[in-house]
Order: sequence, then structure tokens, then C-alpha cells
Amino acid sequence: MNNTELELLKIIADMEGTPEGAYNIRANSELESRRVTENIDIKTKTDKPGIDIIIKPNTKGEKVHIPVIISQTGLKELVYNDFYIGDNCDVEIVAGCGIHNCGDEESRHDGVHTFFVGKNAKVTYTEKHIGIADGKGESNMNPTTVINIDEGGYMEMETTQLSGVDSTDRKTTAKLKDNATLVIREKLMTSGVETAKTDFVVDLDGENSSANVVSRSVAKDNSYQLFLSRINGNNICNGHTECDAIIMDNAKVSAVPEITANHIDASLIHEAAIGKIAGEQLIKLMTLGLTEQEAEEQIVNGFLK
Amino acid sequence: MLELKNVSFTAENEEGSKDIIKNLSLKIDNGFVVITGPNGGGKSTLAKLIAGIIKPTSGQILLDGEDITDLSITERAKKGVSFAFQQPVRFKGITVHDLISLASGRDVSISEACDYLSQVGLCARDYINREVNASLSGGELKRIEIATVLARSTKISIFDEPEAGIDLWSFKSLIKVFEKMHDNLGGSIIIISHQERILNIADKVIVLANGTLKAEGTKDEILPELLHATDMGCSVLKAQTEEK
Repeated sequence: MNNTELELLKIIADMEGTPEGAYNIRANSELESRRVTENIDIKTKTDKPGIDIIIKPNTKGEKVHIPVIISQTGLKELVYNDFYIGDNCDVEIVAGCGIHNCGDEESRHDGVHTFFVGKNAKVTYTEKHIGIADGKGESNMNPTTVINIDEGGYMEMETTQLSGVDSTDRKTTAKLKDNATLVIREKLMTSGVETAKTDFVVDLDGENSSANVVSRSVAKDNSYQLFLSRINGNNICNGHTECDAIIMDNAKVSAVPEITANHIDASLIHEAAIGKIAGEQLIKLMTLGLTEQEAEEQIVNGFLK
Repeated sequence: MLELKNVSFTAENEEGSKDIIKNLSLKIDNGFVVITGPNGGGKSTLAKLIAGIIKPTSGQILLDGEDITDLSITERAKKGVSFAFQQPVRFKGITVHDLISLASGRDVSISEACDYLSQVGLCARDYINREVNASLSGGELKRIEIATVLARSTKISIFDEPEAGIDLWSFKSLIKVFEKMHDNLGGSIIIISHQERILNIADKVIVLANGTLKAEGTKDEILPELLHATDMGCSVLKAQTEEK
């Protein structure tokens, strides 16, 4: 791999050299390298592009890295990755996609990630998306995440996209059984003329299932963001969705939270707030000796931390 | 030394304009200066003029002889002006530790940041990693605000009603904080306050009313006069009530 590709890997997967545990690195639509462990198997799908990640029940404290990088301009791909997380597991999965587009053609990665989280299993899933462009070609990513959490399962998803992705359409759907918990934290920043659409649909089907979907975003320049979040409470359950956005320059942001209670004991809350950086926040940091621009950076970085 | 020469400030709004500060000239030496006076007298406006948050309509502001009237908030901060807001600002995602680091202009170690927090009466461990957001109470925010000014330790420190929102028990330690600053810093500590106990520790008291300098002097000169005026006010009120 060349330096650019290594740099992308570091940003999206915190990887320097070979990571610990199992991994599968995909570069320019080809398998770059893979390691499986005793408890974590990775298999190339035979019917369509993508991989199956199979984690044996009771696996604890192990990690899987499955980063994807694209450095060829004009490359478009669609991959299907399925994650089978056995009962009682406690594992961490790090995914992510980095596109370095040095040419003038569109590069695009569309990924469909499907999770089957076993009974009483716990999984932390982190994905980071970034685009770096030297040329005029767009870098686009459309990740779809399908989550199924079995009884007592817990999944935490942290999804981050901070720069350089020209257009993104992110769909996440989740179905939770009894006592299952889902926590989603999204961090998003758009600039230039980038557009980002996020769409979460969570079905709280199980008794005492719960979901917390939180998004923090910053929209700069002429960018556009649309945040959709739907939580359906179909049983005794708790659901909370929150979108908090900072708007700057000529950007546009829409937040559309939707909660539906189909059960008398469903307890659902939605919150959404959009606003510019408060003048007094800038002034306060300026009285500490920061310039207006430095103050703005601190506020934005803190907000997305 | 801070000096104001013929400073005026006129606020404009849809209903017209209002003179808030009227041709005010003042010298503020090193030491403990308390600015007091009735509500609406122009005290907070004066503090904002010194910090550069608003610019005077006319007149000059000098810091150690240098004209800083046209300097921005940032430039004044860099020259050593600090300002504790009357209503502290909240920040989502910025921790107390971050804010103290930003204030002191360098990466402050946890133990050092804790030290500042302890000085303002906060149990540091509980606060250091908390975000400066709506989860903090008004009193907690107020003390963190004071800690940021301590961390800056500049030659001019302005506090706009630091006692507001602070409970009585903490008030005592607040006085100690100011006394310690006074001993260590050597610069000017300017406090806008209505509290007799804060007035009591002042080297100089400035009374501002209706945008002008009403009186200026040591606490022994000013305090009896102020208290007398208050008593007079009360007795007049009392008489009025009795008449009814």
C-alpha cells in the first residue's frame, strides 16, 4: 500500500501497521489482506461482493477491523457485509471508508452492513467516513446499516463523517427484541456544497427494549443536511432521539424526528435543535485571548467531540 | 493602570438612543477596585467597554498609557484584560478542563486545573471532565467562570457581579479568592458589586449612577455615605408606608 492509503487507514480505523485481532482490508475493490482468529472467521461471499464475519458465541474482548479504502478515481462499488455475533459475546468492530480521489471522476462506496447480534451479546461498532480530493471527482458514500438485536443484546454504534464526502445517503434500520438496547451516536460535519442525508428507523418490538439515537452535526458553507429519525414503540419500551445541529454560513439543515407509540407503555421522546454559534460563546472565548476564528474552531470541535 | 478619558456610550435601538455612559473619566490603579451604584447606572456597560465587547461612542481607554480604544476583544485579552461574565456562557462538548486550558493559553495539567477549581470551592474531581453545559447549575457555572479568570492571572481582571447566584456559605470563600488574587497578582481587580462585604475589602470604591461618576474614594470615605443614603431611602419608604 502507498502512503496515501496508509494515511487513510490510520484516519478511518486508527490503524498503524497490522491491527490486533481479526481484520479484513479492502482496497480498490480487492482484498488487500485478512486475518482470522480462532473465534472470528471472515469469509468472502460467493453470491455477491462482500464478506461474512462470524463471531463464535462467548467471544469476549476481541476486535475486528474491516476498513475499506478507494484511491482510484472513477471506482464505484457496492458491497454486502454480514456480521453474525454469537450469544454472550463482548466484541468491538471497527469499520470505515476512506476515499482519496485524485482524479476527475466520481468514486463511490456503497456498503450494506447487516448485523445479527446474539442473545445477551454486546457489540461496539465504530465507523468513520472521510474523503480527500485533489481532483474534481466527487467522493460519495452511501452506507446502509441493518441491525437485528436478539433478546438482551446491546449494540452501540458510533458513526462519524467529518469531511470530504460530497454526498452521502445514510440509512440505518434496527429491530430490537426483549430487553435489547441500541445506542447510536452520529457526528457529522459538511462543508462546501456537500449534502448529507441520514435516516434512522428503529423498531422497539421487544418488551423493555430501548434505543437512544443522538446526532450532533455542523453544517458549513453551502452544504445541506437532512436528519430523519423514526422510533416506533411497539411494546413496553423506552426510546429517545435527539438531533443537535450548528448551522453556519449559507448552510441548510432539516431535522425531522418522528416517534410513534403503538403500545400504551411505550415511552418515547424526541428533541431537535438547530442554531448558529451563539455570539456570546464567541465573545467569551475571545476574552480568553482566542481570535474569532479560533473560538469558532474550539466551539465546533468541542461540539463534535 | 487603566484610564478612561471622557468616555461616552450611547445605545441605539428602534425606540431611539439612550446615553448609558456620559463623559466618564476615571483612573483605576493597581489594587482592589469595587464599582457600585444603582441598577441601570452603567456598571456592566463600563465593564464591557473595558473588555472591548462594546466600543465607546467617544472618548479613550488607556492601558498603562497605551490607547486600546480601537483594539478588539482578543487583542485586549492578549494585553492582559480578563472578564468574568455576569451570566456565564454554556458550551456543549467543551469540558471544564478544556475551558481552563483555553483560559490559561496552554495545556493545563489536571492537578493544576483542579487547584483552580478548589480555590473557587468546587470539588475538583467531580467537575474537571464535565461539560460546561446546561447540566451545571448557575452557581457552579459562576464559580467556573471565576476559575477561568484565576487561570489567566492577568494584570486587569474584571468581575461583573461575581456574588450573584452564589450561596452565602460560598460567599465567604469567594471573598478569600479575591483577597488571595489581590496578594498574588499585583494588578487591578475590578469588581462590580452591590455587596457590602465585597465593598469592605476594596482599596477604592467607585460609585456610578446615571452613567456618571457619583463618588470615588476609599471605602472609609464612601461606605458611610452609601449606607446613609440607603438608610435615608429606607426611612423615606418607611414614612410613606406609615402615612398609608
